[in-house]
Amino acid sequence: MTSGADAVPSIVAIVAVALATLAIGTWGLRFSRTTSDFFVASRSVRPGLNASAIGGEYLSAASFLGVAGLALAFGAEMLWYPVGWTAGYLVLLVLVAAPLRRSGAYTLPDFAEARLASRRVRAACSLLVVAIGWLYLLPQFQGAGVTMTAATGAPSWVGAVVVATVVLVNVLSGGMRSITFVQAFQYWLKLTALLLPAVVMLMVWLGDGAPNPADAGGDSAAWSLPLGEGGGQGLYLTYSLIVATFLGTMGLPHVVVRFYTNPDGRAARRTTVVVLALLGLFYFLPPIYAALGRVYADGSHSDTFVLELPRLVLPGAAGELLSALVTAGAFAAFLSTSSGLSVAVAGVISQDVMRRRRTSGVTAFRLAAVVAVVVPSAAAVLSPDFGIARAVGLAFAVAASTFCPLLVLGIWWRGLTDVGALAGLGVGFACSATGVGYALGATDSSGWVDAVLSQPAAWSVPLAFATMVGTSLATRTRVPSHVGRFMVRLHTPEAVRVDRG
Amino acid sequence: MTHLPPERVRVTGPPRRTPRRASRARDIDDQTLLGSVLMRSLLRAQLRLAMLVLLPVFMLAFGLPLAFHVAPSLADVRILGIPLAWVILGFAIYPILFLLGWAYVCRAERNERDFTELLDTAESP
Repeated sequence: MTSGADAVPSIVAIVAVALATLAIGTWGLRFSRTTSDFFVASRSVRPGLNASAIGGEYLSAASFLGVAGLALAFGAEMLWYPVGWTAGYLVLLVLVAAPLRRSGAYTLPDFAEARLASRRVRAACSLLVVAIGWLYLLPQFQGAGVTMTAATGAPSWVGAVVVATVVLVNVLSGGMRSITFVQAFQYWLKLTALLLPAVVMLMVWLGDGAPNPADAGGDSAAWSLPLGEGGGQGLYLTYSLIVATFLGTMGLPHVVVRFYTNPDGRAARRTTVVVLALLGLFYFLPPIYAALGRVYADGSHSDTFVLELPRLVLPGAAGELLSALVTAGAFAAFLSTSSGLSVAVAGVISQDVMRRRRTSGVTAFRLAAVVAVVVPSAAAVLSPDFGIARAVGLAFAVAASTFCPLLVLGIWWRGLTDVGALAGLGVGFACSATGVGYALGATDSSGWVDAVLSQPAAWSVPLAFATMVGTSLATRTRVPSHVGRFMVRLHTPEAVRVDRG
Repeated sequence: MTHLPPERVRVTGPPRRTPRRASRARDIDDQTLLGSVLMRSLLRAQLRLAMLVLLPVFMLAFGLPLAFHVAPSLADVRILGIPLAWVILGFAIYPILFLLGWAYVCRAERNERDFTELLDTAESP
């Protein structure tokens, strides 16, 4: 923790990121004219720009701060988080990307309604988007508070309020169009903010005789194990984490909404491959921080360890400047992820809650954005801190247990019915939400019950799939009549001229 | 300057009937037996490709924790001084994921080209 003169570079960095974000957002405003601009940037974003924007939006506080801190404390086991977040994109690419774009829907509820011709499934999906979005927004705002405290000594609510305000101003003014530019900028800012200090610190480390991180700290064997401790339970927890991250990515509202901004299915695929490259590039860095932390900062394993590391490796002004750069990157992470989530949640709220009140498109979107940002930021200020990566992991578990089965079965299996989808969504949500409630309430207990309840994905995802398939088979007469035509729309390339319904 | 009458132009409306499309595309539109066979073959090809790409990833995700669970001494294995799990999960896996994605896009686009050509070959009745 620092205060006084030490905090000046960090404060300057935070202000600079906030101003740059607002400036680029305002610049993007001149391109935003229609409701379609606000929701999906009029579906005309090219793969290069779109991939940077997706990377910028996806690399959240958990990627930027959480992973390195967890890997320092718990070792290779925690590297499954970034691996899963990247592999999740591969799963998304091969199972969902092109068909989802070709479905031509705006949001996940739109897709569900178009596929199953059911208002009820649509309503259920809307509720889920808001729930997952808020669950994911909460740790972003909390992370902002923690970072602000670590960097400047200000009380933690200041960080949450700053991020919420900047996000709100940007989303209100430009919607998706301006957010696209902001997020593309923020990907490269985040990469630079971790890369540059990493290179400098590695040079210092080489100058110090390159002590091997594996032998520097405590238990070297435990730090090298890619699974949790505690025998079978550790194995279960690791598998559960893998299932949640590999399959949850496709169900995150801010990830899905990005696919509608591609011009066509082919571009959606190509964008996703570029995203895989950008994510892989970024995720080389947190393990380096964790390894250096073992040499220079063993013992500290909080969410703010990444911010403190440059200071510990390189005492003096240079370390302060590098710490300020990392702080700037961290704020870019909070801003971009919460902007994307807010746009996605606001899109659903304005379409499904406010449309009935006959508010015009853009006004409804702006009202919805206020609700989408204010609720989770207030919750973040009021509720206790429970670890960034863990909270984000729970959001992934809920997404993997609900939207993953809906998307995969909806795209690849003709037999899905509205009743089956509702049953599967219900079971998946109930099981994973029980896990969320348990994890948020539980203290440090152990044993199989604790393991199974606090990381539910390994059983809740298969259960949701089984429920969806089983109930659909039992209600076979309800398979929508247009399913054949819809499959044509999802899977035929744009070059083929066929009736897409 | 002489005033020649403007050349006569025949004015026609847009064609009332769109020209006959490729007959196999019509098969898909009309959801005939042939059309549904074509669609199923496309879906099956794409799904098989997806499984082929995901299989190595899932095998790694399933096998790596299991291997270390069964043989904890793997934690002592070092490559250039770095523990094996850190080499795989910290560095090596990202290029693999990217290359798998790249290969998938190439093959998926080829499947779609084959499908398009299959429909076009039936253009001449």
